[in-house]
Amino acid sequence: MLAGKNISYRIGSKKLLDEVSVEFQPGMINLIIGPNGAGKSTLIKILSGQLKPTSGEVSYSGRNIAKAPVAELAKIRAVLSQNIELAFPLSVSEVVMMGRYPHFMNSPTQSDREACNEAMRFFDVLGLENRNYMTLSGGEKQRVHFARVAAQVWKANDKSESVLLLDEPLTFLDVYYQFDFMEKLRQLVQQQSMVVAGVVHDLNLAGKYADHIVLIHRGKAVAKGSKEAVLTRENIHSVYGLSVEVAYTANAVRLHF
Amino acid sequence: MSRANRLFIPFLWALLLLTVLLSARYGAVSIRLQEMASALSKCCFSGGDMGLNERIFMDIRLPRALLCVFVGASLGVGGTLLQALFRNPIVEPGLIGTSSGAAFGAALYFVLGATFNFHTGEWTLPLAASAGAVLSTFLVYILSQSKETGKSSIVVLLLTGIAINALFMSGVGFLSFLARDPQARSITFWGLGTLSGANWHSVLIVGLSTVLCILASLRFGKQLNALMMGEEEALFLGVNIRRLKWAVLAVDVLMIAVATAFVGVISFVGLIVPHLLRMLNGSDNRPLIFTSAMAGGIFLSLADLTARMVVRPSELPIGIVTSVVGVPVFIYLLRRKNYFF
Repeated sequence: MLAGKNISYRIGSKKLLDEVSVEFQPGMINLIIGPNGAGKSTLIKILSGQLKPTSGEVSYSGRNIAKAPVAELAKIRAVLSQNIELAFPLSVSEVVMMGRYPHFMNSPTQSDREACNEAMRFFDVLGLENRNYMTLSGGEKQRVHFARVAAQVWKANDKSESVLLLDEPLTFLDVYYQFDFMEKLRQLVQQQSMVVAGVVHDLNLAGKYADHIVLIHRGKAVAKGSKEAVLTRENIHSVYGLSVEVAYTANAVRLHF
Repeated sequence: MSRANRLFIPFLWALLLLTVLLSARYGAVSIRLQEMASALSKCCFSGGDMGLNERIFMDIRLPRALLCVFVGASLGVGGTLLQALFRNPIVEPGLIGTSSGAAFGAALYFVLGATFNFHTGEWTLPLAASAGAVLSTFLVYILSQSKETGKSSIVVLLLTGIAINALFMSGVGFLSFLARDPQARSITFWGLGTLSGANWHSVLIVGLSTVLCILASLRFGKQLNALMMGEEEALFLGVNIRRLKWAVLAVDVLMIAVATAFVGVISFVGLIVPHLLRMLNGSDNRPLIFTSAMAGGIFLSLADLTARMVVRPSELPIGIVTSVVGVPVFIYLLRRKNYFF
């Protein structure tokens, strides 16, 4: 379980996050939603250990991460952001292998290679293996990075829990890839003991795929829970200032703006 | 590693050996292979009297060829490390102030040494150049960091490099104005680089610094690869960015300053060598750091051979040769489409 307890983050007198508490369970898709500037990315940065909260604490499986060295953290936690550019040309397989860097010293072991292969098969990049990363399309690039972060926390046998954080990973992708990645992510959390939490902007995407949603507004977590409980007319209206029609189907919540 | 990669390093070793032999063989006088062999065996085993050509080989050609390899290796690795650190193929020791700082330190030594008549031995010149190089590089590095984020953008870095270069080169100019003829000549020569002062003493010191610094930098390969994706992503892969930056800069400045102290400013080697290697063998830093040492040695040996052959029996400053090759590469890199700022 990934838990953030009473997290506040302040820059000067400005409060970006105010006493936010979250609990993300493995085997589920946990999504963070909210308007621009609400503090979603700050929350992801704090949950990943990149930023230290002004107060409050973050723990993975009950262990506080504040004192964990970056190299140790990298073995159990991966983060995917949007739009990653490479300074020099590398082959796709080399980029995916970077995900295993925290796990080996000089050269990759058999299990590192296997993790990369599994992750590449899972995200359909085996065919791109020998391509130059710089010549790929935006969607292909993001597939490669999905494979890279999955390889970083890929578990072959042991059932210890790892954390995969996604910071708006779908922003520059077309509709096809957005749904494709969410489908893959759903399969991934069912196969592996992973805590997956991410920021998305598309509320209908959240309504279709989220198992647990946290709605952030002005640095506060204003609603938490199942998609049915969070994606309500009242919540959307008070946070986004928009009137919506909400339709509940068997396994999705659909918003009509 | 693919099959091609496995053959690449033996190929470089063969090429390196060949260029060292060529550079020992040709010059104002040609020395035959038998003379080299007999000079080596007399020196190491029998200890007999050497002929003129044998003396030239042992006292001039061989130390010069070896110094060339070590300096080239330092410059090549120096360029690779800086480019990886700044995530940009256009950075090289000359651009971020290291070389002009070394030249200023050397000029200061020449003028002050003549004025105050001190001469504390052969260590003073390299020390003065190293101090200047350290000063200018860290000035550029610190001044180019943004106050808010502590990161340095490449545009700010290059512009700061230009400013600091101009400052230190006008310092050199001022000192050469003060200097009387012999010292002024030394400054000119220093500014373009030459290997004509090579002796066993300089081979030993530069060789030691080169080998130690390269051994240290081989450890950075994986972390510098991760850095290709940016500082955030590298952090997520467990890289301690701050520590990596300072370690790479320290190794780099030490290596470049010691080499520059003995041979002067040689530009563009650190730009051309990594670029060529990336085209031939890919951008993975793990092989690249080592192969850029070898290719740097090969490239500088060929440049030195050219500098000695075109105006034989006199010789050109080697910086002229490397600039003639390097400037087109620099402009090509600047104008390339997928170039990162």
